[in-house]
Amino acid sequence: MSDLINASLRELSAALEAKQVSSVELSTMFLDRIEKLNPEINAFVTLDRAKTLAQAAEMDARRAAGDTSPLLGIPLGHKDIFCTEGWLTTCGSKMLHNFVSPYDATVVTKLKQAGLVTLGKLNMDEFAMGSSNETSYFGPVKNPWDTKRVPGGSSGGSAAAIAARLAPVVTGTDTGGSIRQPASLCGLTGLKPTYGVVSRYGMIAFASSLDQAGPMAKSAEDCALLLNGMVGFDERDSTSLQRETEDYTRDLNKPLSGLRIGLPKEFFGEGMADDVRATVEAALEQYRQLGATTVDITLPNSGLSVPAYYVIAPAEASSNLSRFDGVRYGYRAPEFTNLDDMYSKSRAQGFGSEVKRRILIGTYVLSHGYYDAYYLQAQKIRRLIAADFVEAFKACDVIMGPASPDTAFAFGEKSGDPVKMYLSDIYTISTNLAGLPGMSIPAGFGANKLPVGLQIIGNYFDEAKMFNVAHQYQQVTSWHREMPAGI
Amino acid sequence: MKWEVVIGLETHAQLQTKSKIFCGASTAFGAEPNTQADAVSLALPGVLPVLNREAVVCAIKFGLAIGAKITERSVFARKNYFYPDLPKGYQISQMELPVVDGGSLTINVDGNEKTVRLTRAHLEEDAGKSLHEDFAGRTGIDLNRAGTPLLEIVSEPDMRSAAEAVAYAKKLHELVQWIGICDGNMQEGSFRCDANVSVRRPGDPYGTRREIKNLNSFRFLEQAINYEVQWQINEIEEGRKIQQATVLFDPDTGETRSMRSKEDAHDYRYFPDPDLLPLEITEAWKAEVKATMPELPQAMQQRFTGEYGLSAYDADIITSSREMAQYFLDTVAVAGTASAKLCANWIQGDLAARLNREEKSIAEAPISATQLAGIIQRIVDNTISNKIGKDVFDALWNGDGANADAVIEAKGWKQITDTGEIEAIIDEVLAANQKSVEEFRAGKEKAFNALVGQAMKATKGKANPQQVNDLLKQKLTG
Amino acid sequence: MSLDIEQVQRIARLARIEISPAEAATARDQLNGIFGLIETMQAVDTAGIAPMSHAVDMVQRLRPDAVTEADQRTAFQAIAPETDAGLYLVPKVIE
Repeated sequence: MSDLINASLRELSAALEAKQVSSVELSTMFLDRIEKLNPEINAFVTLDRAKTLAQAAEMDARRAAGDTSPLLGIPLGHKDIFCTEGWLTTCGSKMLHNFVSPYDATVVTKLKQAGLVTLGKLNMDEFAMGSSNETSYFGPVKNPWDTKRVPGGSSGGSAAAIAARLAPVVTGTDTGGSIRQPASLCGLTGLKPTYGVVSRYGMIAFASSLDQAGPMAKSAEDCALLLNGMVGFDERDSTSLQRETEDYTRDLNKPLSGLRIGLPKEFFGEGMADDVRATVEAALEQYRQLGATTVDITLPNSGLSVPAYYVIAPAEASSNLSRFDGVRYGYRAPEFTNLDDMYSKSRAQGFGSEVKRRILIGTYVLSHGYYDAYYLQAQKIRRLIAADFVEAFKACDVIMGPASPDTAFAFGEKSGDPVKMYLSDIYTISTNLAGLPGMSIPAGFGANKLPVGLQIIGNYFDEAKMFNVAHQYQQVTSWHREMPAGI
Repeated sequence: MKWEVVIGLETHAQLQTKSKIFCGASTAFGAEPNTQADAVSLALPGVLPVLNREAVVCAIKFGLAIGAKITERSVFARKNYFYPDLPKGYQISQMELPVVDGGSLTINVDGNEKTVRLTRAHLEEDAGKSLHEDFAGRTGIDLNRAGTPLLEIVSEPDMRSAAEAVAYAKKLHELVQWIGICDGNMQEGSFRCDANVSVRRPGDPYGTRREIKNLNSFRFLEQAINYEVQWQINEIEEGRKIQQATVLFDPDTGETRSMRSKEDAHDYRYFPDPDLLPLEITEAWKAEVKATMPELPQAMQQRFTGEYGLSAYDADIITSSREMAQYFLDTVAVAGTASAKLCANWIQGDLAARLNREEKSIAEAPISATQLAGIIQRIVDNTISNKIGKDVFDALWNGDGANADAVIEAKGWKQITDTGEIEAIIDEVLAANQKSVEEFRAGKEKAFNALVGQAMKATKGKANPQQVNDLLKQKLTG
Repeated sequence: MSLDIEQVQRIARLARIEISPAEAATARDQLNGIFGLIETMQAVDTAGIAPMSHAVDMVQRLRPDAVTEADQRTAFQAIAPETDAGLYLVPKVIE
């Protein structure tokens, strides 16, 4: 049964279908593994064996009753940004350390309906603000490839859980690279879909116009299968798109001959570590062998994506996080002298330093006299960045480059310098600004056997093509099957 | 030198929708605290707003009714501030591109018509309620009202007296009810006004204004403005400068006082709400809404002065509510166009007074338009006098009889029009009142009226007063 | 541009986050570093460019006017810091 730890979703599904294993057994196996490894990795922040096994039993009953849903009975972990009814939903923050959600996020509801079993809630940077998982109130997550290093962020718990094989699939969210960068640093596959494809209802908002949930797993095929269960129009989300249902696995086996891969010169300049560069170049060579051609393109405004992002995301966040005031739920300071003091102390004590920093940036750029120079200017630059992609996709089918400028870094290496940390997302942020889908797939290893991710950016709604591009690569490589030593 | 008063009003009208503006919680008034505060109203983590179509329809109706431009693509913005009855820490409102742009309203003060320009009207959500009374040192928060749709209607500073401000507010109050977008219930807070007041020397630029918040009756609006104007004039005349401020009106003292919250702390950090997309209102949609709207009061007034010969004043009063205008039309339909003026007099006179006395709306009037028309018909054809008409009105009001004719028949109130019968009565009256006759002949006109009175009394009011007059005059002078 | 301590304290007050003088000094230095990064935006000529507020180019979808939410006060107030008689309690609000 231990081979199931490293199995694909199709293999797990087949085993369940053939009654070789029940959902209760499979869930127990992962829970046991979590129990053993999580104290070191700290990927999960909330576990509830009874609840998980009850849900697994329910899925076994569904199967017995004839339900043949493809993901029925498969366990998964949810990033702790998704509201899950009856579970603590902390968003990595002291502010919500006691928040038991009274409702399910739409993504959670959909995956329940699809038959997945919740193993627990995954650690993350506080309110998804971070690139190293060091900002979590519940302590940092360790990278299973090297526990002295960060897993990336903000979906660091999600990434570490896959890397350590604590769950076969997990959910993540990506506002500026929070799926792709940790996927890159932990050696797994993760996709941020086109904005509006996955409902944001019940996903605790960081920056509403950028946030998008997506799947993280070992392989592109697993991600495609999970995405099939996550997407769909949601009448509770005004930005949710009404589209025909599509099967994201439909093009997995298409050959790549004739595929045009755009290589933005801005993604291959200064700032990329040598081992990352070499690994990405090798991956591109592999693609050429698969029949793809590479074309040089330019995204002239991409250098402005980090500055624009660090105006827009904090501005939206400063407003989104105003609801955390200690009145209706969440943390309230134990002592205060009046209402304003209650607000100020609850928020000062409930939020960590990175969250407070971003709230201050956001408050400032929206404040009287600064709005035009910062917020409005950033929104105009956002349009320029989006327009660059429209132009670029005239010459290519997908865009490739690094997902992160370097491999997993050591704890404390960047956490003292916000600017240094913010530049971790230099290659991922522009797709969020444009609303495009982006993906990271394992492309090999750099120095110290640390994983390197290859980023694939697709045009709007081209997720199926991106899965195809990734899957074909994963048919001829085995990076995505590699496991950290000693795990 | 004289002072000129400058007033602009910001009015919040709660829109008559079943559910809230951005979620499916009920808007019904008077529920137990927080039972209508759903996940969105409470701003639980992760919830999102979706706009109620009906709230937009209300805004379109209002825009069409005041001749405004309806914005093709309006934008929702967040107004950020902390207050316990504002669960998200921001109010979803509209800033740069409101749904209704411009428009105007005509008011009538002391017979003078005046046009008040509107700046804009925008959609936004109401806040919850803070209850300060009951919790010993604490404030209780009820979020049932949070998220109720509001139309904030902003006027230009076109009003020059409290009377004009009240006339405008009343006209607006009539209009929003007329077009069915607001129930107008001021006690329940469905219609509330903020008044921006300043004073200046005529010809000078605008003075510094102070905003009086949350006036929920026309009387308070008038009192508050008058107090505020006098206060500002006193301040300036005593050499002090007016500071821009938000003030509250205390109905108990009749005074306004500055709010304690620090004005300089207000920096609302408006920005477009990323959770809501631009609101598109097409020409087709506008046309569709327009087709559902009733004839507007202004158009009806013109029809009433033209077709029915009412005075502008009467037409204004008759069109103060859709129900009253309909009652008038129903009355005229039976009584005939020639009696329209008389119908208007009865409706705004006896009927309105009686309704007012019994605190009833016209919809609750025990006397129907057809019944009232029946009375008017019998007055016009001289079956009864105007005075008897009032008795018939009372009888019908109290349910004594099905219609005017039945009442007149049952009570024997048919007017005496037989000349011989009236002459005989007059002869008796003259014989019994020789003193009055002599006084009249000596030139005392008043004595004539006394004799008419005696004659009417003798007929129990049933004689035709005009006939009594004529015959009496004949006998005394003939 | 660069922020001073007073500005940091003003925005912290606007954001209702208590901040000690020492924290304000640290925040000032960090924010100035971040704004150094942000300032590179200012060199770009964006005249005539429409601001982009959303990642999707769509108009607002509208919801039918129907009551769909039932009373869940008990569940919602079970997670509240302080309630009484169905109300959320806060320190006295003074206007």
